This record gives sequence, structure tokens and C-alpha cells, in this order.
Amino acid sequence: MYTQALDSPAPEARPGSSGGQAALERRFEERIERDEKIEPKDWMPDAYRQTLIRQISQHAHSEIVGMLPEGNWITRAPSLRRKAVLIAKVQDEGGHGMYLYSAAETLGIARAELLEQLLDGRAKYSSIFNYPTLTWADVGAIGWLVDGAAIMNQIPICRCSYGPYARAMVRICKEESFHQRQGFEIMLALARGTGEQRAMAQDALNRWWWPSIMMFGPSDATSTHTAQSMRWRIKRFTNDELRQKFIDVTVPQAEFLGLKIPDPALRRDEISQHYLTGPIDWSEFKAVLQGNGPCNHERLQARRTAHEAGRWVREAAAAYAAKHGGRGAQPRSAAHIASPRAEAPCHE
Amino acid sequence: MSDDWPLFEVFIRARSGLEHKHVGSLHAADVRMAIEHARDVYTRRQEGVSIWVVRSSEIVASDPEEAEALFEPARDKVYRHPTFYTIPDEVKNL
Ligand SMILES: [Fe+2]
Ligand SMILES: [Fe+2]
Repeated sequence: MYTQALDSPAPEARPGSSGGQAALERRFEERIERDEKIEPKDWMPDAYRQTLIRQISQHAHSEIVGMLPEGNWITRAPSLRRKAVLIAKVQDEGGHGMYLYSAAETLGIARAELLEQLLDGRAKYSSIFNYPTLTWADVGAIGWLVDGAAIMNQIPICRCSYGPYARAMVRICKEESFHQRQGFEIMLALARGTGEQRAMAQDALNRWWWPSIMMFGPSDATSTHTAQSMRWRIKRFTNDELRQKFIDVTVPQAEFLGLKIPDPALRRDEISQHYLTGPIDWSEFKAVLQGNGPCNHERLQARRTAHEAGRWVREAAAAYAAKHGGRGAQPRSAAHIASPRAEAPCHE
Repeated sequence: MSDDWPLFEVFIRARSGLEHKHVGSLHAADVRMAIEHARDVYTRRQEGVSIWVVRSSEIVASDPEEAEALFEPARDKVYRHPTFYTIPDEVKNL
């Protein structure tokens, strides 16, 4: 992604470049209207820029914090195959965080500032990652439901009006599909297993179902950002539309697994051909978002610990780079440099 | 919070015979680490056989405000395209 580090000034900083704010805004709206992509150095209204910084950084933080609940099970995966798959998935999520931080940086915010916002608790991330992963079935349920919901959310963002965000999302969506399939495969193995394994799968579905459908955000009636984001073509569907799509594809998958969705009011409406759920408990969603979920504190603490534990690596790397004029050593064969993203233990 | 490591733009050759293509950016302490990180971040699925990294601050870009002045003059030079010329159907191999 092109970034603000490019060496020419932003157009708005140049006097007399184009007749006035109103004209710039009109031209911007017209470009959006024509479905043109907005690129980092193009003029954009400040509210558009701030909305994108908020959305992309929250998305990036979610990918990063999202590594924790599943990373928690890497050492306890039931087979070498499952372990290799889980490592690959968690590594992908880290990669998604990196693509998205880069995209956010193109809007003029520094990586260090984004990290600081996460670590000092100012930034929000998806509330789903503040729930614990109590059994192996939770890893299955996360892949199936949480990645499933994420895909539903992310596919329309591939057509987002902001170029770097759209491109990051294309890359992410390509990688997400295996995440959901491996999760479903875990659920399938458990559902076809012993009575105890089936109970484990059902228990995971019971705990993850409602948080997953809340991942789409507040209902349209109360969502504050939806209308403007849709006008700017950052968003293509409303929260409720995406939630309904997810429910419609997921209910039959649960039926295939022989598991029961934990919603006594769930029914298929023959006229609209949609599955209708019972009321969603938004007070829980708000409580978790405000920091009172089961693992909010633990998640942030794990990130802070990782950041602190990696400090000496970052400092050593910076000192080494300064000493060698930013060139680094010549690659050795099969050399692996330690990653600065240190892992922290998570007690679930 | 310490300062960010410098930003690098990453270019990847997907297969031999293809050109390097811009894929994204990342932070690294030096060029060696930039290559290592690019390997981890952008080629987890055999997306490349070669990586270029360049400091983002070294890239000089054209200004979107000057796009018209730069690119518009080429618009009316349709005679630079083969379809501009009418050749009778009977003439082959042209
Ligand atoms: Fe992801
Ligand atoms: Fe994922």
C-alpha cells in the first residue's frame, strides 16, 4: 500500500490547487458515485478519513487480539495435523492484522500510535475475542462461526471505496475460507464422535452462537455509523442484512452437524424464506464492548506482556540496523530471525 | 512508545517470467529484516519466488492533482493503436 511516507505533500496542503472546499467535496462525492477507488494521496473529507482510520484500526486490532483465544489451544491440539492447521490459521490472523495496520497507516496515522491505542485500552476490537476458549470444541466453533461471520462481513468490504482497505480485504478473504472450513471439520469430527464429544460440540455452539451473531454490530435501528458509511461506499450492506445472511447459511449447517442452535424462538419464515431468531440480548454486547466481558482484562494484559517482552528484541534490532547502516547482514542459508511478536501465556 | 521502524514497500515476483508487483508495506529495522518479514507476511502460500523491498521514503510518486496534465495528452492520440487503421478484409497477416 502506498503510504504517507511518500515524499510529496498532500494536495490539500498546497494553496490554490483546486477551487475551494465545496468543489473538492463535490468532486469527491462524484468519484464515489462513479464507484471510483479513493487512493491515499487523493483529496478526501476529513470525516471520511477519520471513519476509515477508526474502522480499519479496529479491524486490525481484532485480528491481533483474535490470535489469543485460539493460540491458547496450539499446545493442546489433539493431533499433529490439527496443530499444524491451527498454527497456520493463527499466523494468518497475525498477517491480517499487518495488512490492515498498513492500510490504516496510508491515512496518515503511525503504527506506533495504533499500537498505543490498543495497549492503553482506548481502541476497540471485536467483542467476540473477550470470550474464553474452554474446550477444544471452541476452536472448532470459532473457525466455523466467528470466521464464518467475519467472512460475511468482509466480502463486501473487498468493494470498499478506499483502495488500500479494499485490496487488503481481497487478500484476507482469500485466506479466510480455509479458516472456516477447518473449524467446521473439527465440529464435524466431534459431532460424529462419542456422546461426550457431541456434548462438547453442542456446548461450544451454545456459548458461541449469540456472540457470533452479535459480531455484525448493533441492529440498524440503533447503529450510528451505518448510513454515512453506506453513502461513502465503505459499507455495502447494513448490519441486520449481513446478520440475516449469516443466520440463513449457518442454521442448515448446524442441522447437518445434528446440533441445536440455542434459540427456542428460532423458526423458518416460509414467506420471507428467512430464519427468524428470538430477541438478541444487546445489554450483554454492550457490557463486553465496554470492557466487562469474561476475558477483556486478560486479552489486553496478554498483548501488553507480549509488547514488553519483545522490547529488547526491537531495541537490539534497531541498534544492529544503526550499526550496519540499515543494510542488515547478508542472508545465511536457512536463517530464521526471531520474530518481535512474542507470544504470551493465556490462562483459560 | 518507541519510534516506528522505517516503512518499506514490498514487491513480489509471483513466478519466474513475471514482473515484480507491489503487494503492500511493512515496518522493519533494516533491509534484511524487511525481506524476512515480507516472506512471513506476503508469501505464506507460495505467492512468490523473489522479493524486492524499498524504503517508502525513497519512492517519488506523481501527484494526483497533476494527473490531467500528465495523462490527458495521450487521450486524443488514438492513431497509436492498431485499430485506428482501416485495412480491407482481403488483406491477410496485417
Ligand atoms: Fe482474519
Ligand atoms: Fe480468520
